[in-house]
Amino acid sequence: MIRLAAGGPVIPNFGHGSACVTGDHVFCFDWVRAHWSDTLEPALVQHVELTGIAVGIGFALAFALGLAAHRLRGIEHPVGITAALLYTIPSLALFQLLVPLTGLTWTTIEIALVGYTLVILFPNVVAGLRAAPPDVLEAALGMGLTRRQVLWRVELPLAVPAIVGGLRIAVVSTISIGTIAAFLGKYGLGYPIFLALKEPTPFKTEIYSAGALAVMLALACDATLILLRRLLAPWAAKRLA
Amino acid sequence: MILAGAFSDALRFIADNPGLLAQKALEQIELSAAALGIGLAVALPLGIVLGHLHRGSSLAIGSSIVGRALPSLVLIGVFLTVLGIGFVNNMVALAVLATGPILTNSFDGVDRVDRDAVEAARGTGMTGAQILRRVELPLALPLLFTGLRVAAVTVVATAPIAAIAGGGGLGDVIVNQASYRLSGVIGASICVMILSAGVFVLLLGVQAAVTPRGVRLSRVRSPRRKELR
Repeated sequence: MIRLAAGGPVIPNFGHGSACVTGDHVFCFDWVRAHWSDTLEPALVQHVELTGIAVGIGFALAFALGLAAHRLRGIEHPVGITAALLYTIPSLALFQLLVPLTGLTWTTIEIALVGYTLVILFPNVVAGLRAAPPDVLEAALGMGLTRRQVLWRVELPLAVPAIVGGLRIAVVSTISIGTIAAFLGKYGLGYPIFLALKEPTPFKTEIYSAGALAVMLALACDATLILLRRLLAPWAAKRLA
Repeated sequence: MILAGAFSDALRFIADNPGLLAQKALEQIELSAAALGIGLAVALPLGIVLGHLHRGSSLAIGSSIVGRALPSLVLIGVFLTVLGIGFVNNMVALAVLATGPILTNSFDGVDRVDRDAVEAARGTGMTGAQILRRVELPLALPLLFTGLRVAAVTVVATAPIAAIAGGGGLGDVIVNQASYRLSGVIGASICVMILSAGVFVLLLGVQAAVTPRGVRLSRVRSPRRKELR
């Protein structure tokens, strides 16, 4: 997990690079090749871990809480507003507020990211479970299904598009917010960018390559989730966004 | 104990430095307002016109997907290399962040107005421009405001990150623990939280005040399944 921290200096060495690197040209493929294994790849792997853990825990929590809250009446609106209000907490501020509690650590970052994931996913799970049309529920009950069977065989399958929709936003946002983890330490794809921005003349290739990796990671995850929704809920494939 | 100490120190920092924090907050609001203004000027007319014509849904959807996938730090970094350090690069980076939600929601809002209402308006002899102004825009207001609110909160909440690229604002204090110590960092973080929550609540209030009563009623009555996708 903390491969970067153990991986030695990742600061580009302006003194010994090619003409492209020392001249800070627009994009130096030789720098990317030279620093893929010591800077970019570990940062990418770490970013995937950061996101995976956060979304995994966040999804489990949101799903369990969503099921628990499913039968409570009249909570949809307050939950939506509260979640939206909590989501306004700026990531940089949240990271810093957690520092007295858990320090400049991986835990601090994961707590914040799990929090954002939960706030995105929980309203989606609740709303999704309520998306089943009343007549469908009536029919299911009329056929003799128990409450539990209705939940697992009717409401949950119908909630899949909303839940996957929430997951898409959660994953992409977590990848984006994960770059801010660099303000706390050597974490993720934000760190090479953060380092470059701290230099008097920011090294372009480092910013562009790490940035492109973050964007491509987000788009790839988004596309995968769209595919997943097509598989799980082919009837809901009308709209992409 | 440590926790309570850290937060009481932070509150003391806020009490001791109201001038500094107010000035930094004002800087942040200026930057955010400029970015939001540009985002609105570009994305709002575009989204409304495309929605009115029912064209370019792939552009609206694509911009929301790509917009979400662009991390703020990456945008700030990239625009710094193009526009140099300071106000302008941060303003442009934040404006790009703002365009996604505004474009998608304004397009959706106008595009999804009940076709029957539009047909009825056309039947009474209204021109396209009149339909847009008197039927589609009022009915699209809730979504227009949703886009504005999401964009405004995103911009205000992201603005502190701009501090590492010379953006000023409360982020200056947050990223400068060497000068302001942990109490300053946490104090400024609390201020940033209050600021973005304040923007959120303010815009919710404005939305409630501006939305015509008929639109509000129809929204409550109509099933909200469409939003779930």
